[in-house]
Amino acid sequence: MLLKLFLSFAYIGTFTFGGGYAMLPMFQRILVTKNNWLTEPEMIEFFSISQCLPGVISTSTAVLVGYKQKGTLGSIAAVLGIVTPSVILIIIIASILSNLTDHPIASRAFMGLRVCVSVLILNAVINLWKNAIVDKPAIIIFALVFLGAILTSLPVALLIAFAGFSGIVIAQYRKIKNSESGGA
Amino acid sequence: MIFFTIFYEFFLTGLFMYGGGLASIPFLTQMAETTDWFTLEELMNMIAISESSPGPIAVNIATYAGFKAAGIPGSVIATISLLLPSVIITSIVARLLTHFRENALVNATLYGLRPASLGLIAAAGLSVLLYALFDIPLFQYSGILFDLFDIRSLILAIALFVLIKKFKTHPVLFLAGSAIIGIIIY
Repeated sequence: MLLKLFLSFAYIGTFTFGGGYAMLPMFQRILVTKNNWLTEPEMIEFFSISQCLPGVISTSTAVLVGYKQKGTLGSIAAVLGIVTPSVILIIIIASILSNLTDHPIASRAFMGLRVCVSVLILNAVINLWKNAIVDKPAIIIFALVFLGAILTSLPVALLIAFAGFSGIVIAQYRKIKNSESGGA
Repeated sequence: MIFFTIFYEFFLTGLFMYGGGLASIPFLTQMAETTDWFTLEELMNMIAISESSPGPIAVNIATYAGFKAAGIPGSVIATISLLLPSVIITSIVARLLTHFRENALVNATLYGLRPASLGLIAAAGLSVLLYALFDIPLFQYSGILFDLFDIRSLILAIALFVLIKKFKTHPVLFLAGSAIIGIIIY
């Protein structure tokens, strides 16, 4: 069973491009349709829980699925499965490319790639906007963190911690305000 | 001790990144500034490779960055450190699974984290965009406004943006196309 978990997740890791959301259809095919480890709603639930957790979405999903099948050992087998192909492949690519990036043709290709990467990141920001910026306080948090990242050298982790804390404070404030207006 | 620094940096990244692959990039742009492991240009190359390779993007980038910092041991340590916090936290959540998403505290925290994570990605995106499209060092050197813009990159970026919005196909296709166009135009 552990081996099967490892291999199934290694298969997912090998044959999905694009990470996160692009991986969901492959998760469904392998975990729900092929192995019957989960029902369709469970799959969606696991995936959306993973989106709420820190770290890499697809590996968190692997932990949840592995745990459901075989406890802690199962989750370790699933995580190792999904990352092993990545690690091996990237090490191979990195070793080859470290000698190649100085080549004129490769460096021109990378100039094009860098333009594409920046456009892809810009596009991702636009796509995520609707889900993240739901009201005015959210815009303020966005703006503060954005400016903090550009203008200061504060650690990124600190900015994130500040934002999580602000979220809790805002929720508390709203709760008090609601109970006051409810009582009046 | 470089391995300890790698562990520390990527553990922190894994603990504080929210919202999938690209959320790790702000941490890496900061590493490009504060360590001598890789430059911003090398990081952008690494992101391009990681998006074109199979598997989780953040794992690919961490493996690559660790390799740049300290070879194969570096890549293994970076990947394990990146995943360790999320594996620990997710294992705890797996035990408490029921009602996790209805939890008020969890939702309140996420309400703050989502725009913050987006703000960080936008900031990293801006520095990457400036680097790719503008030649700021050349402009500072020559003072000629025309030197500031790389017209070819600007046109390529606008064309890519329109195409990405129009055809919602896989990013790998756009990356491959950009590499070929890069060889031709630069």
